[in-house]
Amino acid sequence: MKRLSTFLIYALLILGSLVMFFPFVWMFLTSLKPFAEIFELKVWPQAPTLDNYREVLFKTQFPRWFLNSLIVAGITTLSVLFFDSLVGYALAKLRFPGKGLIFVLILSTLMVPTEMLVIPWYVMSTEYGWSNTYWGLLFPGVISAFGVFLMRQFFETLPTDLLDAGRIDGLSEFGVFWRIAFPLVRPALAALGIFTFLGNWNAFLWPLIVVQTADMRTIPVGVALFSSEAGTAWNLIMAASSLAVLPVLLVFLFFQRQIIEGVVLTGVKG
Amino acid sequence: MKPPEPAQRRVSLATREALWAFAFLAIPLAFFLFIRIWPAFQALWLSLFDWHADPSKRPFVGLEHYEQMLQDRLLLKALQNTLAYTLLGVPLQLLLGLGIALLLNAVTRFRDVFRAIYFAPYVTPAAAIAWVFSWMLSPNFGIVNEILSVFGIPPQPFLTKPSQALATVTMIVVWQNLGFQVVLFLAGLQNIPRDYYEAARIDGASNWQLFRHITFPLLNPVMVFSAVIGTIGFLQLFTQVVNLNFTDQGGPLGSTLTLALYIYQVAFARFELGYAAAITVLLFVIILSITLVQLRLLSRRVEY
Repeated sequence: MKRLSTFLIYALLILGSLVMFFPFVWMFLTSLKPFAEIFELKVWPQAPTLDNYREVLFKTQFPRWFLNSLIVAGITTLSVLFFDSLVGYALAKLRFPGKGLIFVLILSTLMVPTEMLVIPWYVMSTEYGWSNTYWGLLFPGVISAFGVFLMRQFFETLPTDLLDAGRIDGLSEFGVFWRIAFPLVRPALAALGIFTFLGNWNAFLWPLIVVQTADMRTIPVGVALFSSEAGTAWNLIMAASSLAVLPVLLVFLFFQRQIIEGVVLTGVKG
Repeated sequence: MKPPEPAQRRVSLATREALWAFAFLAIPLAFFLFIRIWPAFQALWLSLFDWHADPSKRPFVGLEHYEQMLQDRLLLKALQNTLAYTLLGVPLQLLLGLGIALLLNAVTRFRDVFRAIYFAPYVTPAAAIAWVFSWMLSPNFGIVNEILSVFGIPPQPFLTKPSQALATVTMIVVWQNLGFQVVLFLAGLQNIPRDYYEAARIDGASNWQLFRHITFPLLNPVMVFSAVIGTIGFLQLFTQVVNLNFTDQGGPLGSTLTLALYIYQVAFARFELGYAAAITVLLFVIILSITLVQLRLLSRRVEY
């Protein structure tokens, strides 16, 4: 009985895993097929080829889109990690007038949906000449209210004595933050960093609005617009999709423990 | 610099701390005020004007856009669809997430491997994933219809027919979000102390009673959290809908149109930025109401 139910549980889990993983497999297999083969629906490519990848990589600006995504997600992540910790630290460990109000003010921004902000951001970007620039792509995300909340939670758990020791040793307040407090909240930083990076790497709505020329597209926007022009060349579309999806999957495979623990850390505690 | 007198020093220490705090907060506060808070009010303000590229021709129209919303059949369609997505997607996502988490919690071997497989879609770019699904679900050449035919099921139109498109999009979104729910639920399950189950078992409780009286109530906070995150996500559904039917976004026949997509189309295809801003205010009100309901539900925490 016990053995039977264990067997059933594993059977269900494996079936579910197939459903979860198959789209990636099919994407990859299609991307290796020449155009003539894709409508035949044979599982394995009969004459596997890298031509689709060659076409996407060299006939579009895909490498540039990759670089754009890297720049936007990278700078945003560094900025979020630094500023969100700074604010979280100030809110958790420093005494100053108006602290409660400032915290509520920052948290209240979480309730405003992005859709409401993109129109004023668009107006702003056109007025200040930010549209179609890196700054235009990344300015909405350089600080995150959720991250402030998260970092404040973590800084609150640090013993104040530890920070006082640094102050007695003559460190400035910034020194105390940077040299003592910041390194101690590394798990929270890792979680926040990973999710900020992924969120920006996968972002679609704002990049679609703010980018006007092909050379400024990020990967999701580039792949979407490329695919919409490719018609029924699903082999090319799947090669483009693979190029967008596989790097993320690889990173996920390497860091899956940290990433999943990060969800738990931010979701359950935060 | 000479050290100040002790009495003065106490005062200046507090002042110094406050000054440091404001130095830390200066840039972030400017960001929140100008990039997050001011634009929210600006959206409200924009909704009272008719938008034209030429700043001198932006007439004040008062609440006209809000009246326009009452007559807008496409908006009504988008609202109905968004509601349907949410009512279909959130419970499905919670049930499947809970089910898989319970299965994972019951096994010991390969648990991390399964967890990683279920979670993987969550980290991948939704735009690219949508293209993969539109290929797999292609009515004539899609692998899904091919698999169905093995079981004797006739080919389905999926995204190409209004009666199936919305449900199909929902499934794809659930597929991508599921891992997030599984991970949260699994963590929630593992937080429940083993002794509770052992004590209840000694008292002769059945498996169903254990679930009904221990697991379910203690998982409540996680469920409320997941439900709210899921709801807000479905209310803002955009990327998948756009990419699953790129040449007829929101189609066929508006059957997959969402509120967020409609806002995007009004603002950036019709360039009626004022009217679009008015619709974003509506979206804000909807999300705010749900957040408030969440806060009420969350305040009824179960004590461990």
